[in-house]
Amino acid sequence: MSTPIVEIRDLKTYFRTPGGVAKAVDGVSFGIDAGSTFALVGESGCGKSVTALSIIQLIQGPAGYAAGGEVFVNGRGIMRLTEREKREMRGAVISMIFQEPMTSLNPVFTVGEQVAEGIRLHQKKTAVEARAIAMEMFGRVRLPDPASLYGEYPHRLSGGMRQRVMIAMALACKPGLLIADEPTTALDVTIQDEIIRLLNELKASTGAAILLITHNMALVYRNAERVGVMYAGKIVETARAGAVFSQPMHPYTVKLLRSIPGPEKRGLMLDTIAGSVPPATDYPAGCRFSGRCPREMEGCASMEPPLAERGTDHLVACHLHDPAFMASDRSGPLRPETDGLAPIQAARTERRTLLEVKGLKTWYPIRKGIFRRTAGHIKAVDGIDLTIKKGATLALVGESGCGKTTAGKTIIRLLRPTAGEILFDGGGVRDIAAMNEAGLRPLRSRMQMIFQDPYSSLNPRLTIRETVEEGLAVLRPGMGAAERLRKVTDTLERVGLGVETLSRYPHEFSGGQRQRIGIARALAVDPEFIVCDEAVSALDVSVQAQILNLLKAIQQETGIAYLFITHDLGVVEYIADDVAVMHGGRIVEAGTCEAIFSNPKDEYTRRLLAAVPRIDGRRLPARRLP
Amino acid sequence: MPVILATDLIVYALALSAAWFAVKTRRDGNVRAAWLELRRRRLAMISLALIALYAAVALADSIRYRDAAQGGGYSAEALSLLDRAASGLRTRAEKTYSAPFSGRLFSKESVELPDGRVVRDYPALKYPGAHWLGTDKVGGDILFASLKGVRTGIVIGAGATIVVIPFAIFFGVVAGYFGGVIDDVVQYVYTTLASIPGVLLIVAFMLLFGGRGYQGGLISEKDVALAFFVPNDRLFWLCVILGITSWTDLCRLIRAETLKLRELEYVQSARTFGAGGLRIIYRHIVPNLMHLVLITFVIQFSGLVLAESVLSYIGIGVGPEMGSWGNMINTARLELSREPVVWWNLLAAFIFMFGLVLPANIFGDAVRDALDPRLRGR
Repeated sequence: MSTPIVEIRDLKTYFRTPGGVAKAVDGVSFGIDAGSTFALVGESGCGKSVTALSIIQLIQGPAGYAAGGEVFVNGRGIMRLTEREKREMRGAVISMIFQEPMTSLNPVFTVGEQVAEGIRLHQKKTAVEARAIAMEMFGRVRLPDPASLYGEYPHRLSGGMRQRVMIAMALACKPGLLIADEPTTALDVTIQDEIIRLLNELKASTGAAILLITHNMALVYRNAERVGVMYAGKIVETARAGAVFSQPMHPYTVKLLRSIPGPEKRGLMLDTIAGSVPPATDYPAGCRFSGRCPREMEGCASMEPPLAERGTDHLVACHLHDPAFMASDRSGPLRPETDGLAPIQAARTERRTLLEVKGLKTWYPIRKGIFRRTAGHIKAVDGIDLTIKKGATLALVGESGCGKTTAGKTIIRLLRPTAGEILFDGGGVRDIAAMNEAGLRPLRSRMQMIFQDPYSSLNPRLTIRETVEEGLAVLRPGMGAAERLRKVTDTLERVGLGVETLSRYPHEFSGGQRQRIGIARALAVDPEFIVCDEAVSALDVSVQAQILNLLKAIQQETGIAYLFITHDLGVVEYIADDVAVMHGGRIVEAGTCEAIFSNPKDEYTRRLLAAVPRIDGRRLPARRLP
Repeated sequence: MPVILATDLIVYALALSAAWFAVKTRRDGNVRAAWLELRRRRLAMISLALIALYAAVALADSIRYRDAAQGGGYSAEALSLLDRAASGLRTRAEKTYSAPFSGRLFSKESVELPDGRVVRDYPALKYPGAHWLGTDKVGGDILFASLKGVRTGIVIGAGATIVVIPFAIFFGVVAGYFGGVIDDVVQYVYTTLASIPGVLLIVAFMLLFGGRGYQGGLISEKDVALAFFVPNDRLFWLCVILGITSWTDLCRLIRAETLKLRELEYVQSARTFGAGGLRIIYRHIVPNLMHLVLITFVIQFSGLVLAESVLSYIGIGVGPEMGSWGNMINTARLELSREPVVWWNLLAAFIFMFGLVLPANIFGDAVRDALDPRLRGR
């Protein structure tokens, strides 16, 4: 077990870009033992996926090329094979499963044929033998009724089943290394758990090594033996999973772990990392984390730290753990240490009801025949009751397709409800559910929404000023241009953006900055209630932490109420005052955050809570760095 | 006295929109980034220069005026700036065919020598060296005829598209954004139109509208309104019908794109502000469709320039008195069947068409790439 069957040595993959050579992967080395999982973690853009593609040799030329390094699987080097040998190697020696099970299967062949094809190609089996092996694999990945499933087309299968088919396909030829690139990110939480458990079982029984690539730290916490933390094309820390979580040594790892929201951080600001990942064409000369590092020293920016063993089986690339460096005159701290999570004021306990939803239903008609008669309904939201208090946060949680987004959109009347009541202002405004667009006009500035995708939520053709101004232009037509500009500038300042952003376009900003702009757009009209539809789900943890901090601070300042729609229970435990669990268009359980998490009553709630990987907060690093 | 044909308005509109676009490039960050990207592609810039040259010729051929005639009134001939600038080419007619760069006519005639003898020989040209691309049957300069074809080609290619773009955008956006019954009606209309064979529709339409009015050549007083405007122009009707038969593709594309844009979060966000349908269409949908419009414009442009020559060939295109590449090809049909073959008429039309359509395609490709942020080298 202890000799690695996969060995990656000094892997380098560069891309030629107009801005220079992008060193996406710049000297990555690690080994994976047979039957164990190595997890590569880090924020987006740090080179995780490129590492995976480089190992299986699927880097797209002519821009991308292998600049060096070697990959050994079972002692055989695979970097210098001919194209033909590489094709034979893929699938048989190394195989890969991708994030999106919807697009990684070919829709015009049955799933059985697709699995059998690989077996026939790589193992030189007859069609009959391949079929038998494929069916056996279906059994092993726990797909029900393999014989009838063999002839099914991909669109007839659910996302979870498709991902099982992908796993069957990947493992059919008994590869030495299975690369799983975000294998569960596109799946629902309850299915995520099943898939990960399946992978864990299979690695034990087949002896395959797994390279798990993910940004989900909690997933790694439970399911990997070793962890490598990647930053700017390099591994900065690698150790046993337990050690990385309990005694992280690299400041980046520490920061990353401390920015993960969780119940133990309630009432505290989350830790964030200043600045952003440097572009791959222009890394700092010394340590790549210099400039963002809270413990940067005088010599860090000029001297690159090597990845060296600084603890038992614990490699880290940081001068802090190099006794020789620390003894030298270059170890003076560059800036005063700002450590410890700042507390935020306890949430206002103003328990006045702001918004109340009673028996809300949103049904979509199913029309059939040439006369489009209504043949039935899709009951997206089927009679829900919610109460949102002033200055508080209600989290609406559930899996995709449970109706939570539809519920949110109906409450702020982007959709027309089929039945039910929406009361605002503690009953002061009663008939929101039945209002037409003209009647809603005065309410529009009081209820706003923040969206999930920082890329599609801003019109690429409008400047930031035009974007933030839009609500004022529509809702306050009487406002003068100068006053409007002042309001826009003030709002941008509140979300941490300067005046210089006014005339720029969305594509010039990072995901986190775009999300701030989206928040500014909603805040500009001074709402009392904001629906946050998966507002932090698409963001990296450190950026997510910044946005969560911002949302909390805004709530403190203005007493806004949030309806937080999400599937991320870590976020919920951190930010929510009350929780409502939604399943199949109905609320199955509602209560205070504490009550739901400590003592779930409903069967579904229990299943949901059990399925979501969470990090035990007590195991996370203490406030001060080691 | 100036004369403005209905189709001249199309050329003016084209020139104005090009100028507007140039101004917009300075202001709009997105367009500007695309332009900077285009600038880096040498082939695209060469193409743009060629297109600009054609456009200049077309514009010069669209500004025309009548000279005062002796004894009052105006002459029936409305000469354009191009005609006047190239009057050397226009007026130096030979007797009949002569090959490019040749000093003599293409057919033998009885020539009287200085000593009085009469021999059959190729007579010398009246203006040797003036006709770079040769002359046609009645001795007209082929280069001049090709230059006259530029305006026709551009008017048909761009005019037909410009005529339809507003309709395609309007119907496509309305169908995609509002959906329901409106969508059904629009889809019904364009599906019906698209299922009628295009040529049939064009023939019928041109027989109905194209026969009357200005056909090219001399201006007749009965065609003129307000002393200078010629509203009923055969070429204009040709643009209209070519537009009618070609708007459906663009409309379909725009409808599909609108369906997608309508669901995007920035549109949803505008709706949370209570923004009305018109505001959303104007600010959020149409600007994000413009890349489609631009690409379709370029692709259709090439197709229509080629279509003009086909239509003139089968006799329902522009009138015989209006210079066009299609007419040149049509005459070349007979010239190619005579012995020895007269090939330069066809070659000239081919070179001029090629010189417009190829750069248009290259430039269109480059524009599409430049507008795609994933391909943009940032």
